[in-house]
Amino acid sequence: MKFGIVTFPGSNCDYDAYRAVVDSFGEEAVYIWHKDHDLQDSDVIILPGGFSYGDYLRPGAIARFSPVMQEVIGHARRGAPVLGICNGFQIACEAGLLPGALLRNESLQFVSAPVTLRVENADSIFTSAYEKGQLLTVPIAHGDGRYTADAATLETLESSDRILFRYTDEAGKLSPSANPNGSMNAIAGIVSAEGNVLGMMPHPERALDSKLGSADGRALFESVLERVAA
Amino acid sequence: MTQYSVSVHITPRKGILDPQGKAVEGALHSLGFEKVRDVHVGRYIVVETDARNEQEALASVQTMCERLLANPVTEDFEIESAAER
Repeated sequence: MKFGIVTFPGSNCDYDAYRAVVDSFGEEAVYIWHKDHDLQDSDVIILPGGFSYGDYLRPGAIARFSPVMQEVIGHARRGAPVLGICNGFQIACEAGLLPGALLRNESLQFVSAPVTLRVENADSIFTSAYEKGQLLTVPIAHGDGRYTADAATLETLESSDRILFRYTDEAGKLSPSANPNGSMNAIAGIVSAEGNVLGMMPHPERALDSKLGSADGRALFESVLERVAA
Repeated sequence: MTQYSVSVHITPRKGILDPQGKAVEGALHSLGFEKVRDVHVGRYIVVETDARNEQEALASVQTMCERLLANPVTEDFEIESAAER
């Protein structure tokens, strides 16, 4: 399977994503410069983490207008998978691929730490190799991760099982102190209505080896490899 | 064509948690401004643009706000003025 990893000026997790795909899973990956219009026949597009355009105006607000985004939006509209991680989630929201917005962390602090996530839906193409309710340890590293949406959008996300990951404590319980950024409904990751666009603030591509802290991100890539190839 | 300078205020939508505003409010309280009830921190943007008339300048900045300058999910905007330069 071929992964296309978009590099914006200011992306800094594109290399992590590339190494994850190539080294950990032996799959093919290509970098796609944000000015290109060619997705190089990629099956899965990754919008990686970083600070595209220096987060000017709002995180993701300018990157959304990069030439490549027209093709990424077309790829998503065709039902093909798009994985937005961290800044990629912010870009996907700004581009209208996902509802809501990511605002400044409630603490006003940049938080770089492993957090506990609870898998809320294990039926998606991104989570089928997990169990519902499974607890994961995955790092976050962001200053603008507070998921915010209007009440109707939250209701839709909840009732249609589009919240894939929530922040919980180590026992799997929701609590304000386990919510690292003040996200509404403790949302860490959501999918689009069609289920093919995932946005998440935590970094699964940095949780692929227990020697480096956690291998809990592996099943996300395994899910994609299994479900998209099928 | 005339050159206009259009000013826009962008503020967090009422009801949406504004931790930056809260932090500034707390700092003002500790400075002794106890009467401060609420603070919101937003952005002030000045767009210099050519337009045939003021109405056109305002209309184009309105569209800019809707499409880029403000986030329709979380922010409100107010176009303050369009001054001829």
